[in-house]
Amino acid sequence: MTSHLLLQLVLNGLIVGALYGVVAMSFVLIYKASQVVNFAQGEFLLIGAWICWWLLTTYQLPFWVGMLVTFAFMLVFGIALQVVVLRPLIGEPIISVIMVTIGLSIFFQALCKWLFGVFAQPFPPIFSAQQVSVLGFEFQSAYVMSLGISLAMMAAFAWFFRYSRHGLAMRATAFDQQVAQSLGIPVRNVFAMAWAISAVVSSVAGVVVGIVNGVSSALSLYGIKVFPAVILGGLDSVVGAVIGGLVIGLLENLAQYVDGQYLHWGNLYEIVPFYVLVVILMIKPYGLFGTRDIERV
Amino acid sequence: MATQSLIPAGDFRASYAADTTIFPTAGSRYAVLAGIALLACAPLVLDRYWLSLLIQIGYFAVAALGLNILVGFTGQISIGHAAFFGFGAFASAWLSNTFSVPVFFAIPLAGVLTTAVGLVFGLPAARLKGLYLAIATLAAQYILQDFFARANWFTGGVAGTPAEAFSILGFAFDTDQRYFYVVLAYLVLTFVLATNLMRSRDGRALVAVRDHYLSAEMMGINLTRYRTLSFGLSAFFAGVGGGLYAHYLQFVSVEGFGILLSIQFLGMIIIGGLGSIMGTLMGTAFMVLVPEAMGWLTDAVKGSAVDRALALKDNLSFLREMAIGLVIVLFLIFEPDGLAHRWRQIKAYWKLYPFSH
Repeated sequence: MTSHLLLQLVLNGLIVGALYGVVAMSFVLIYKASQVVNFAQGEFLLIGAWICWWLLTTYQLPFWVGMLVTFAFMLVFGIALQVVVLRPLIGEPIISVIMVTIGLSIFFQALCKWLFGVFAQPFPPIFSAQQVSVLGFEFQSAYVMSLGISLAMMAAFAWFFRYSRHGLAMRATAFDQQVAQSLGIPVRNVFAMAWAISAVVSSVAGVVVGIVNGVSSALSLYGIKVFPAVILGGLDSVVGAVIGGLVIGLLENLAQYVDGQYLHWGNLYEIVPFYVLVVILMIKPYGLFGTRDIERV
Repeated sequence: MATQSLIPAGDFRASYAADTTIFPTAGSRYAVLAGIALLACAPLVLDRYWLSLLIQIGYFAVAALGLNILVGFTGQISIGHAAFFGFGAFASAWLSNTFSVPVFFAIPLAGVLTTAVGLVFGLPAARLKGLYLAIATLAAQYILQDFFARANWFTGGVAGTPAEAFSILGFAFDTDQRYFYVVLAYLVLTFVLATNLMRSRDGRALVAVRDHYLSAEMMGINLTRYRTLSFGLSAFFAGVGGGLYAHYLQFVSVEGFGILLSIQFLGMIIIGGLGSIMGTLMGTAFMVLVPEAMGWLTDAVKGSAVDRALALKDNLSFLREMAIGLVIVLFLIFEPDGLAHRWRQIKAYWKLYPFSH
């Protein structure tokens, strides 16, 4: 029985980890393109999920229509945020940029609580069956969908950076902003695009989590959980973000198993990523795939 | 940016001592002394509400000063300051409850204990900088918060722990009127300490580390030592501030030391001005008063159409949080140098009036 439970937890961990990977990817996207650490990533999830929930419950839209409207909104939201708030801060010291995103996260979190309340709201049912069983394991349908969406997102990211024109521009900007600009790449548009894509991708993750757990402010915790994942993978590596997300998801679920079976601490799984984070920062601050700046600190 | 002083045209400073003096003119010295004297009279005039706000500004300013040493002077970022503030509060209460250490000694001792904890979490500071350090301190915040909720022997767990009132030789400072003087004394002491630190060799080393760490190292400054030192110092001030907080409320509980408070601390020093001692005080006052101002605002529009439409009273706590976030964002965009810079400009304006230079 316990080995079955363990395996189930491992699979759940990988599914949740894939979702962390998606959020981490959208975090890395912003960091790579514009060197901004976005502490408000979790709020992107929150806003996307609330907008979708609101459309679905108030206007009774079909799920896919609601999703599309949410995408459109998040696209505009991401661009607006970059243009209005982040653009004046280009060239400011790193503390200012970090603080501005922290300020934004506080503001939007409180705004969401004000507009939508503090209680978790369930999504209207989207699947006919709550549970599906695959190879003898029980999964929530939303989890299976989540895995599918995560994989699709990752594939889309890979294609975007590898083959599309904008993806190439983004890579060039990430590599060297000044050279990119002098070669005629509109760097400011690339920044805005990075924020827009990141907001849209995050909102997908937000909706998926919302379907599983209901929509509430707790969603923004994903924005914090993403830090261990991206640090483990290396701050500016998309592949690293995915792997980091999987590892953290797995670790969380294994910690829950160890906790439940042996330790009985209660909330080890919530805190374990942060211990991991400190350890990684101590021994390998640039992560597994990150660019290693050669400097002695 | 050249700082404009109020010394008449020409630089009359002839010695290094004159250059590092705390008060450039006699007027500024009298102004500070008059300010302290005025504050000392505050309990006689102000009612309890305003006094409690002033006390809040006091203990937060002590802790924020520590953060400003770390962020403003040394250029390290910490998003875990509230956890150290909380640790100081619990440590002070724990020392006086468990070992019956008099509160008078418990507060500085709590500062020392917090320094030790700060050094442990500051160890990454020796290796990391900028963003990575910010994330490491974020981890410290969550780990310490988890510890507070878990360590029953230390914090009383979820139920919280009582803290004794501050007393000297049997005279208890247990009312707002009396406790105000305790906070004022600590405030003056810590501000004098920090000001003098910045005039000393070690203080200049910290600023050198901030301005250009590579040059600083070439000048023979031990980077690891000074980075860790500034982390320890900031934790010390946070611990003392936390101790003051604990014995003011006479009860400490796990809530309230969350990430929001950490961000408020950062907001205080950014609004006040990074690397400015007096700015810390201004920023703290601003940050304490902004959420209160939201309360006054909702009181002012109570019963009007706006209030009915938005249900302001029920959402006051969210309004306050929104105000905090908004104020931080707006300051960073429109006034990145903080209130201290604006204050200098106002002084310069009147000094040079009617000319602009």
